[in-house]
Amino acid sequence: MKSPLSLIIVITTGVIILLGYFVPSSALAEIRSPMLSWAVTLSGVAGLVAIIHLIFRVHWGKLKKEGSKQWFSLVVVVIFLITLGAGLFLEPTNPVFQKIVTYVQVPIESTLLAILAITLSFSSLILLQNQRNWMGITFFVTVIVFLILNSGLLSFTDQIPVLRNLLSGLQMIPGAGARGIVLGVALGSLATGIRILIGSDRPYNG
Amino acid sequence: MSSVDQVIGFSIVVFFVVLVFVFSSKSIRTRFPVTFRKIEPINRLKKAIGVAVEDGSRLHVSLGSAQLVDPSNTSALIGLNTLQRVGQLTSTSDLPPICTTGSGSLLLLSQDTLKRISKETNTQAFYDPNHATMAGATPFSYAIGTTEAIQNCEVSGNILLGNFGTEAGLLSDSIGKSGISIAGSDSITAQSIFYATTPDTLIGEEVFALPAYLAVSPKHQASLRVEDVFRMIVAGAIILGAILTAVGVL
Repeated sequence: MKSPLSLIIVITTGVIILLGYFVPSSALAEIRSPMLSWAVTLSGVAGLVAIIHLIFRVHWGKLKKEGSKQWFSLVVVVIFLITLGAGLFLEPTNPVFQKIVTYVQVPIESTLLAILAITLSFSSLILLQNQRNWMGITFFVTVIVFLILNSGLLSFTDQIPVLRNLLSGLQMIPGAGARGIVLGVALGSLATGIRILIGSDRPYNG
Repeated sequence: MSSVDQVIGFSIVVFFVVLVFVFSSKSIRTRFPVTFRKIEPINRLKKAIGVAVEDGSRLHVSLGSAQLVDPSNTSALIGLNTLQRVGQLTSTSDLPPICTTGSGSLLLLSQDTLKRISKETNTQAFYDPNHATMAGATPFSYAIGTTEAIQNCEVSGNILLGNFGTEAGLLSDSIGKSGISIAGSDSITAQSIFYATTPDTLIGEEVFALPAYLAVSPKHQASLRVEDVFRMIVAGAIILGAILTAVGVL
């Protein structure tokens, strides 16, 4: 049988945090603020646990397996230990340490960003292969229309009041569409939060 | 937040909770059975689950890189629900699903979910905490780590549900090479990238409807109905507001 203790803790904490938003009470605020700080601290600890798991369980495990990819894991483990050592020795705020990290991370992430740009350009070319329906065609046409509208090619229309007003009206359409999607997302988020609050969704053991 | 906003917000939450309990009651469910509209990506996901069980292959669920304390984590919680249901449905297969995340807190929850599934389905022998991993600490490293996990574990289907940014482009490129792929996010950026790059994309509230379609529990189906009620109320309010603004009342 499942213990109700974790459920009681979740519901009580959830209700206190939620009431803190709606009921202007200093007593609730005094309870809510440290609870939110604990959540942030626990999230940081979870991040540390996850990194230790990634390095010492996943990559360390791969090192023991035969295969060409084990060398990538060796690089990850060695670089992690060097970065950890440098961080502990120099402290994370040290400019030398920051430069070492930045000079490695920024070029790598920039490279990935460049790959992403090419990937997305190629994907836009094969868009109609993935979405062979009227929604896909609408999406494709909309992308082309708004690329042209935002490219500055039609800047001459500023001199023509009728066209200027028409294009300004067109520019509002993406915002309206996004608002519709965000509305659905907001309702879905509300439903998810409430299911956890009433103990229907339990993404935890206990 | 003004006092009027607080009252409205609190009333919405209370009304929502009450309606969820009303719609999940057995009498309402039997008198007014749930009818779902067809969502093709979800139908294909159900087929992918069946195929994974039949040919003994593995499914992969990725939960994005939002932190649990971020407001944008709710789609990742839906991902966890989906992971749980996929794990239950594929428990007769020798290969339980694998899960990747870009956040430490979601890693702990996904490991917990896989452990719970193994207990519920009496398949502890197949449980391995390494089936859930944090693929990377930054969005791009998470995308690269997830790509590697997909290739190494030879998955037959991918489910991407969570908060993603532009790294969704890299992810959808890699999942496109490994069987069926379903993608959904609360982020507008990720939704548009997924729509352009993946055949089966969940848009807007479809992401949040997934647990109800996979029949996780009656409360999921009830909350989906309540969402519909609230959507109609909000749409009515928007139309009314527009009319009142047009005639100069507001």
